[in-house]
Amino acid sequence: MTLLAESQLHETFELNLGPQHPATHGVLRVKLTMDGEYIVKAEPVLGYIHRMHEKMGENRTWAQFMANVGRMDYLSAMSFNHGYVALVERAMGIEVPERAEYLRVITVELNRIQSHLLWWGAFVLDLGGFSPLLYAFDDREQILDLLETVTGSRLTYSYFRFGGLYNDIDENFVDGARAFIKRLRSRIPMYHDLVTYNIILMTRLKGVGPISAEMCRKYGATGPVLRGSGIQFDIRKNEPYSVYPEFDFDIPVYHEGDCMARYMVRMDEMEQSMRIIEQALDKLPDGPVKAKKVPKLIKPPIGDYYHAVEAARGTFSIRVVSNKTNKPYRMKLRSPTFSNLSLFEEASEGMLLADALALMGSLDLVIPEIDR
Amino acid sequence: MNEVIRLVIYLVAIIAFAALNAAYLVWVERKGAGHIQRRIGPKEVGPYGLLQPLADGAKLMSKQILIPRGVDVPLFMIAPVLAMVPAIMSFVTIPFSETLVARDINIGLLMIFAFASVNIMALLLGGWASRNKYAVISATRAVSQNVSYEIPMLITVITIVMISGSMNLNEIVMQQTNILKWYIWPWTGNFLGPISFLLFFTCSLAETNRAPFDLGEAESELIAGFHTEYAGMGFGMFFMGEYANIVIGCSLITILFLGGWQCPFGLFPGIHWFLIKLYALCWTFVWIRWTYPRTTLWGLLNLSWKYLIPISLVNLILTAGLLKVM
Amino acid sequence: MAGYFNELFSGTKSLAIGLRITIKECFKPVVTLQYPHESLVMTPRYRGHIELVGDAETGETKCIVCGMCQRACPSGCITVKGEKREGVKGKVLTVYQLDFTKCSLCGQCVESCKPGAIDFSHEYNLASTRKEDFIFDLVKRLKDKS
Repeated sequence: MTLLAESQLHETFELNLGPQHPATHGVLRVKLTMDGEYIVKAEPVLGYIHRMHEKMGENRTWAQFMANVGRMDYLSAMSFNHGYVALVERAMGIEVPERAEYLRVITVELNRIQSHLLWWGAFVLDLGGFSPLLYAFDDREQILDLLETVTGSRLTYSYFRFGGLYNDIDENFVDGARAFIKRLRSRIPMYHDLVTYNIILMTRLKGVGPISAEMCRKYGATGPVLRGSGIQFDIRKNEPYSVYPEFDFDIPVYHEGDCMARYMVRMDEMEQSMRIIEQALDKLPDGPVKAKKVPKLIKPPIGDYYHAVEAARGTFSIRVVSNKTNKPYRMKLRSPTFSNLSLFEEASEGMLLADALALMGSLDLVIPEIDR
Repeated sequence: MNEVIRLVIYLVAIIAFAALNAAYLVWVERKGAGHIQRRIGPKEVGPYGLLQPLADGAKLMSKQILIPRGVDVPLFMIAPVLAMVPAIMSFVTIPFSETLVARDINIGLLMIFAFASVNIMALLLGGWASRNKYAVISATRAVSQNVSYEIPMLITVITIVMISGSMNLNEIVMQQTNILKWYIWPWTGNFLGPISFLLFFTCSLAETNRAPFDLGEAESELIAGFHTEYAGMGFGMFFMGEYANIVIGCSLITILFLGGWQCPFGLFPGIHWFLIKLYALCWTFVWIRWTYPRTTLWGLLNLSWKYLIPISLVNLILTAGLLKVM
Repeated sequence: MAGYFNELFSGTKSLAIGLRITIKECFKPVVTLQYPHESLVMTPRYRGHIELVGDAETGETKCIVCGMCQRACPSGCITVKGEKREGVKGKVLTVYQLDFTKCSLCGQCVESCKPGAIDFSHEYNLASTRKEDFIFDLVKRLKDKS
């Protein structure tokens, strides 16, 4: 393809995809150099909603930054919150009660399913199928209702606290979560029949947008993108945190590296998350949800701290430098889709516009998280 | 003189029919989409939202027609008209019942396909004149799509014409007196009957730029395709043209394969049978749209050249052989 | 050749299955809520904007003007002012202003409040074209309520 473009016979033109475009799901702008319908070069232009979360972190107390973390990736706010509280707990050496850890895992996994459901709907919408989006929303709504009764919020939960949780679950939560899992289990075969095995979708996804393991390493891609390229890497297994080692679950891996592989990874992950939730609900211990000995003033000892979690889109990690004041000295946030998007330029070279948008959808972009 | 009055009445009736159908097909589409997605759809304006099309029409008409800077103004203005007029013209030869036909032309079938080709011009001109890259991409897509789909469609039509021995739509209908004599069945001479029906149906979907073949206005890729830059009634005309084309496509399927205004059991033939079949097909169009994801241009051309054209050619040859034997 | 027909048949079958699913869904009951006509009651833990809580008996505010909520707020949207009065122990609340345009509903203020003087309201139908409508005078709101 590049050969075509290099030979002066073919005139190229620039196409602005975004910042307002139905397929970019936010204010992402991709500057495309096109040769007809083929993409010669795709250059993502970021920064349209850059809010300087890192700098904000350095100007607020440790507790005040909680609300910011969830707002980076509004679709897996729970995982992001988890990453942040776990980091501060590691820095302060706070022991978290068992029950709180279990509830954290349950809510994070519910949040992950919710995120994947929304991705599924939006991805099929990108490919032109309307109804699956609404079906996905119907199921997703159940999770949101469940989480809302517990946390009081539907999207940016801020449910975790240093040393535990904001409050305990109510009596309906366990039954509600079980009922939801039963419901989703019965719905997923329908999703597969309607969308996954559909011949149109299969031809659109199979073999389209291949991303090699090599490319993933080069750009630091994580999450379903990496696992769709055949690398079995998941923070929950590779660098276990919280109570994940106590559960029996698999990391779905597909080796094709195409859009279909990434699609299947996410579909399988929902099932694995449901397995984790079921086990956690079975084992859920009694006890307090907040550690007794949490210092009033959070002033972690001088040092350099790091914690990574597996968010719905990949590895989210925070590194902070503390100088024993009530604010972090330096904060660095690593968000998954920033790395996942950076491989788009190389992966989309020579693709058709429609296929490139399928590729972009399969990366599962959440723009506020890219820009932070 | 009488003839002139008759034609004027027909013209008015046809325009009214086309406009009414376009308006209420939108309502059916929105209601259908709603219920397929477990929603209600329009419900505020009038009972069951039945007055919604009127409200939408009033809104579109009251909107300013924006002409972006740098567009080719004459072409820009003429394109929406070109989208609407051929669709209405095609109604002229459609036999709604034995007597209810504006012009009983001997080459009615040919005329409809001729007008269908003009329709592509509207998309091309609209996209080209808009001075918008998305619109241009959309226009080129729409043209290559339509060209590749006319081939299997016409080959299938030739099969029917060979069996019926006429291009007069009313005559084609008159030959299909009951359900067993519909041209969808292999024993009528149409060798791969049901398959060629599906094939023709698929081609109609592609011809009318409907999902899953709505590459021209693939909203997640090309914003709104060729009518990105159109506002107000310019958009309205494109929109109505699309739905009028659906009605034409479904009418053709009804006439060619399902016996038009004939009753399946030979009782009380008339316009009601035509409309029942027509709207059942229209509903299928809606139903399909809200079920499938969109194909790509490659997938679409693949389907056309790998499956539709060979199958229709095989059907043509076999039918010719069968007719020779029969 | 066999692959060709296989693909054709399995493809057509998958399309038919899709149609069967959507038509089934079409006849299932509607799941949406017709919003302006009916609306949801928020769950007890719903985090709306904050509201001063009146004492169960007197209806007076429990606020002791310690200013913890003001300090806990990450966005600086709370302004609390109090004054010393004759014969009353501690300070008396005079101004409690919430700038809801800045609030991120994190709930830090409610958590930091020792006497439990503030709580979340369950209001969510908030809409206005004027910014001033979202600068709430919570003292006045409490008075209006009691």
